[in-house]
Formats: sequence, C-alpha cells, structure tokens
Amino acid sequence: MNETEDEDRADAWFHALADRTRRDILRRVLAGEHSVSTLAQSYDMSFAAVQKHVAVLERAGLLTKRRQGREALASGDVAAVRSVGAMLTDLEALWRGRISRMDELFAEEATATHTDNQKD
Amino acid sequence: MPVTHVTHDLDARTLTIHAEFAAPIERVWAVYADPRQLERVWGPPGYPSTFVDHDLSEGGRMNYYMTSPEGERFYAYWTVTGVDGPAGFTFDDGFALDEDFTPNPDMPVSSNAFSFTEADGRTRATYVGTYADTESLQKVLDMGAVEGSTQAINQIDDLVAA
Repeated sequence: MNETEDEDRADAWFHALADRTRRDILRRVLAGEHSVSTLAQSYDMSFAAVQKHVAVLERAGLLTKRRQGREALASGDVAAVRSVGAMLTDLEALWRGRISRMDELFAEEATATHTDNQKD
Repeated sequence: MPVTHVTHDLDARTLTIHAEFAAPIERVWAVYADPRQLERVWGPPGYPSTFVDHDLSEGGRMNYYMTSPEGERFYAYWTVTGVDGPAGFTFDDGFALDEDFTPNPDMPVSSNAFSFTEADGRTRATYVGTYADTESLQKVLDMGAVEGSTQAINQIDDLVAA
C-alpha cells in the first residue's frame, strides 16, 4: 500500500478540480475528445493559459493527450474520475465539510463567550 | 484549518481523517451526544439532516433523514456498535427504505470509528470510515448528498451519461 502516492494523487485531484475553468475543461473532454486549440477558443484567456490548465488536469491523471498532426487532442479519463481514489476524495470532501462545520460551531461559541465576558 | 492529515487506503476502501478542534474533548463529544447539534454539522450544505431517534449507546439506533433541495428525503440510520464517551464510538452507517427506518438491504453499510483525545484544551479527532466494496462507495456517492468536488464530478457523470 503506497500511502504517499495516494495522497499525492488526492492532492493533485483537489488542486485540479479547485479551478472553475479546469472543471469546465474536464466536463468538455469527458464528453468527447477536443483539440487544445478548440478548447482555447471557448475561454476568454490566452492559448498558453488554457494549455497550462490542460497540463494540470493531465498531471492529475484526469485527462490524456495524444497528437494528431499539428493538433494536441485531449480526452477525459472517465475511469480515473470514477476510480476508487476519486470516490474516496469525494467522501473526504464530505467529511471535511462536517469537520469545518464543527469548527465553526466551536468558534461561534468562543466568540459568544468572549462577547459575554466583555459585557460583564 | 482543523483537518491535519488525511489517508486514503484504496485496497481497504478506507478513509482516515485527522482533525484538531479548538475545544475540549467534552465539547466535541457533546456534538455527537446531542441530536440538535449533530444536525448542525452532519448534512452537507443544501441537505439538512434531521435525527428522529438518537440512542448513543452500544446497540442503540440513530435514525435520521437528509432532505434534498427538492424536498426529497433520504432515510438513513446508524447502528451504534461501541461507545466509550468521550473517547469515541463506533457505528455502522446504512440507508433505510422509508420513514420506518427499515434497513435497505440493497444499499451499502459503512463501518465507522470516531475517536478523540484531548491535549492542552484542544481535541484531536480521528475519523475512520470503511466501505465493503467499490460498488458500495459508488452507491453512497450516488445518493447525491456530497459536497465539494463531488458537485463537479456529478455534473461530469451526468454529462458522460447523457
């Protein structure tokens, strides 16, 4: 069991999916193969910037690229998106939410207590 | 950030999360011991949870439902398998068929272990959740009650399915 590798992968997924443009790119390439230049036309940003987003998704293992002539074609890796690792990453998000809601609850009480003390 | 460390064990389909809260252990325990507090933290945004039965003792049942933004209710339950308050408790988390909270045999059950230790007025929490198989994990996520990256992934799944 390579724990570090899994965690690195989870980090890469979180990082890759934390960006709206990257999520949008991933949606498009999961629906079908797109050339990077076609993708670039869909966004109000430079070709280089879109290329960079594609590279982040590729490094996270969510997208694969192949060359056809002068074109770089990108497709989403459905298996990776649906893999156990991705599912555990999803669950992690749920648990992180619960933990942060507990943290907020305790923080609210700490603030309330502090305010009460000031009144006294 | 209260989350300090996360481990994914793909072979055992186990998720382990370590967190540290700026609160004493009794305060953290109270969240689980009080259904009204548990409701505040359990359901993801948009899916508030309602605990109908709350028996945090060995063999006890916790029956709850989550309400979707469309008003649909997802019934679920915990069977408490061990309690050592405030140091922790273990339970099986499953889905129920209806408002009678009859366990749904077609839905997965996860086993969970929550444990807490206190140091200098702060509490370290360890959450371990284990799923029997990959299909179980997928079903839990398919219930739609997941936040964060899931929203993106669900949209992706819909797109792929379309």
